[in-house]
Amino acid sequence: MSDSPRALGAPAVRREGRDKVTGTARYAAEHTAPGCLYGWIVPATVPTGRVTAIRTAGALAVPGVHTVLTHDNAPRLKEPDDPILAVLQDDRVPHRGWPVALVLAESLESARAGADAVYVEYATTEHDVVLTGDHPGLYTPKEANGGHPALRERGDAMSAFDAAPVRIDATYTLRGLHNHPMEPHASTARWADGHLTVHDSSQGSTAVRNSLATALGLDRDRITVISEHVGGGFGSKGTPRPQAVLAAMAARHTGHPVQLALPRRYMAAIVGHRAPTLQRVRLGADRDGVLSSVSHEIVTHTSRIKEFVEQAAVPARVMYASPHSRTEHRVAALDVPSPSWMRAPGEASGMYALESAMDELACALGIDPVELRLRNEPRTEPDSGLPFSSRNLTACLSEGARRFGWSDRDPRPAARQEGPRLLGTGVASATYPVLVSKAAASAQAAPDGSYRVGVNATDIGTGARTVLAQIAASVLDTPPDNVTIDIGSSDLPTAPVAGGSSGTASWGSAVHKAATTLVRRLAEHSGPLPPEGIGVTVDTGEETAQEPPYARHAFGAHFAEVAVDSLTGEVRVRRLLGVYAAGRILNSRTARSQFIGGMVMGLGMALTEGSTMDPAFGDFTESDLASYHVPSCADVPDIQAHWLDEDDPHLNPMGSKGIGEIGTVGTAAAIGNAVRHATGARLRELSLTPDKLLPYLP
Amino acid sequence: MKPFAYLRPATVSEAVRAGAGHPGSRFLGGGTNLVDLMKLGVETPGLLIDVSRLPLDGMTRTDDGGLRIGATVRNSDLAAHPEVRNHWPALSQALLAGASGQLRNTATTGGNLLQRTRCPYFQDVSKPCNKRIPGSGCPAREGTHRDLAVLGHSQDCVATNPSDMAVALAALDATVQLHGPEGVRTVQVTDFHRLPADNPDQDTVIRPGELITEVVLPPPSAGAVSLYRKARDRASYAFALASVAAVLSVRDGRVDRISLAFGGLAHRPWRARVAEDLLRGASTTGDAFARAVDAELAAARPLRDNGFKVDLARRLAIGALVELTTRAAST
Repeated sequence: MSDSPRALGAPAVRREGRDKVTGTARYAAEHTAPGCLYGWIVPATVPTGRVTAIRTAGALAVPGVHTVLTHDNAPRLKEPDDPILAVLQDDRVPHRGWPVALVLAESLESARAGADAVYVEYATTEHDVVLTGDHPGLYTPKEANGGHPALRERGDAMSAFDAAPVRIDATYTLRGLHNHPMEPHASTARWADGHLTVHDSSQGSTAVRNSLATALGLDRDRITVISEHVGGGFGSKGTPRPQAVLAAMAARHTGHPVQLALPRRYMAAIVGHRAPTLQRVRLGADRDGVLSSVSHEIVTHTSRIKEFVEQAAVPARVMYASPHSRTEHRVAALDVPSPSWMRAPGEASGMYALESAMDELACALGIDPVELRLRNEPRTEPDSGLPFSSRNLTACLSEGARRFGWSDRDPRPAARQEGPRLLGTGVASATYPVLVSKAAASAQAAPDGSYRVGVNATDIGTGARTVLAQIAASVLDTPPDNVTIDIGSSDLPTAPVAGGSSGTASWGSAVHKAATTLVRRLAEHSGPLPPEGIGVTVDTGEETAQEPPYARHAFGAHFAEVAVDSLTGEVRVRRLLGVYAAGRILNSRTARSQFIGGMVMGLGMALTEGSTMDPAFGDFTESDLASYHVPSCADVPDIQAHWLDEDDPHLNPMGSKGIGEIGTVGTAAAIGNAVRHATGARLRELSLTPDKLLPYLP
Repeated sequence: MKPFAYLRPATVSEAVRAGAGHPGSRFLGGGTNLVDLMKLGVETPGLLIDVSRLPLDGMTRTDDGGLRIGATVRNSDLAAHPEVRNHWPALSQALLAGASGQLRNTATTGGNLLQRTRCPYFQDVSKPCNKRIPGSGCPAREGTHRDLAVLGHSQDCVATNPSDMAVALAALDATVQLHGPEGVRTVQVTDFHRLPADNPDQDTVIRPGELITEVVLPPPSAGAVSLYRKARDRASYAFALASVAAVLSVRDGRVDRISLAFGGLAHRPWRARVAEDLLRGASTTGDAFARAVDAELAAARPLRDNGFKVDLARRLAIGALVELTTRAAST
């Protein structure tokens, strides 16, 4: 393979960037076909119960309203692979906001007016929506998200903790969080000649196609799902969502193309959230800070219809050496919307608690928090005993400390002041697993010397087309501009979702293999290429079938400087610096953007974001971008992402690890630790808003 | 959104006539709040009377050195106006602390005064709210109310007024000019918004058909310094948890002129008359400031989750008075 510097690693500009900034890139709700009907969901307005009657006459009388679908008349679905997709199938209301009807009309306005005119009667039952640490419904599931065992024990963590000379026992509380991508979920569906085509805002159209095939009882080859451009997802579009099923169902029922775009206010209930967690961390150490016991226990919620368990104790199985360890998840099924993936599920929430506890231990011991982490560096993955394929956490910490100017730090809390502002700095580690899935890709050489590569990757704003072109070009030894990349359609060779920071690894491996195979085929070919060119299609089933004998993770370190207004308790980040060891970085421009975006999301988790479950109504209070506080530009300060050159031969042909999520992991802890340094106050509940700080200020 | 009629009158009197003739009509300024509320189904006007192009976009000094601000002057323009920045800096600061650049470019002076509470229950038509539907109940009292009122609320309503601008105007003794079917009248900004009592559906004292035509600032008092300070959950585009506008002058080491108003605490900008009375003539010490502010906030009746606002307001007010004292000494 050619290691052309113009290809891999180069800061290539996003291929679709111009289309996006000039408004010509079309998103799922911009593929309106002639005769299109517009959908508007009628959400349940009770926390739990049953629909006893739906009166649709008023809605049908609204000019322009075509059809009202309810559980009485909606097409029957086969059992979907995800219970959240079983919409309009029965009278059950599992949570507030669940769709109980869909109004279809000739205009969006008519659909909405029609939805207002649908009259729904309910029989409500007692609801239970508030997660508590001693909730009677808590149980230990078999698995947490990602297939991780819910409980893992090594040695005797409790006895070792009791015997440890230095102990930290702290409980951290995270409210629910919402992904809130800029583009709300949307689908446009149309049937033609027995074939269903859906433009869906999704992180993976193969998965949507497969779910629709299951739910609608259709062969997969009768469905095409297109996700050409996607305005972010952060996990909320990683699994098929009800809008795709509803649009497809409605299009089939009415014979019209149907477009359904979710209003922002409906998203909190039907496109997932990061479940709240109550996390108890117990660390036992000797007086040199060497850990003897690590225990991380998670309490979280799921919905009544689906078990999703935020795997927040899993990073404790990876991070630090300790002879004794206990990591457990317990979950209660409540009458709440179904939680799901949100950027770095498990790692983002769990590393907030673990890395805060490590800082507490450093403070208790009077050991520098960077040094404490270096002292607990494991030789093999603590939980599995597997060797790491590469692990450069200590290098990230050292390099970050150097760049950040950590060595000058006065460890005393509340010692630095600038006018009315208390200044502090904090550090936390980051980790994210290397995931990869089977993918297929095609590569074709044309007689004019150009190439075309196809893979059903999805660009959710990350620059997937661009980096895949770089991968192909590096193998084909051609300029990336000479390679056309086709992505974003389920008719292309099958590929997994843009999720789990695994997209580039999975798609890129297939593209690499296709290009490599094509190069070989071309070498065997003599004479000019036939007019149709020469093409190959491959998949990585073989490469991804066996579990590698290595623990494979990216690592990183986050450093934060905060200013706490001693008058108001307002916390603002001044500097945020991340250093990552994530294998080979394939595009320095888009990689930096992903790292920084992840860090901003971690900043939001630390300081501004949170979803409040309303105990009376059973919904999340924050339902628009005025009340759900994503960081504004003014909140995002001097923010830097750096990475180490990491050569890991046990990954994939590109040598890359995923980078989409690690920026979010540990960032909140670094900021919380900096707040503690600034003020002396150890706050264990996010987000760090003025109400939390005020009791601790002079 | 319900269908509505749209009218763009050419004159104030035409606008007022249309408003008086159509109960349930609404005047449309920048629409940054009204249109949102229409999308939510909270506002369902049958007629929108677009007053944004009426000739009310002027800013002129009055004969006595005050400033007339037309009702359609955009928030950005008002904040950036050199006269405002030089003579009424608290107003400029308050405007710039509100909303986002895009919203300020659109929102008008009159509209800002008439924006509605952001109480989550008010904005959700699937839930009760006495402000939206009198008598339906107030879930906020027991529900999510961290951002809601600590002063002047009633059994029926714990909403807060969201405006930053209005808080500065209250401290600056501004007046609102109203054109109505029965003529023109002038109302103090401090009397313009009301407390909820048992009819929280009425945010203000405005009468049916009345149109805000201008806001008038009295002349700045000689030797006085002023500021607006707001505490919020994020650095931009967040409503005040609490805010303070203050105007202060010092003579012979004692407070001479004092004007103090809180935002984010009540159904209206909260002019702190109790504190002002105690401060006038008092020494300019932190202790004196604290005593006065505490006396004002003794009236606070925080709800389960918003007691921090009282502390926050106290800190903001004392901090503002200390800072203004320092500044007054150096001018």
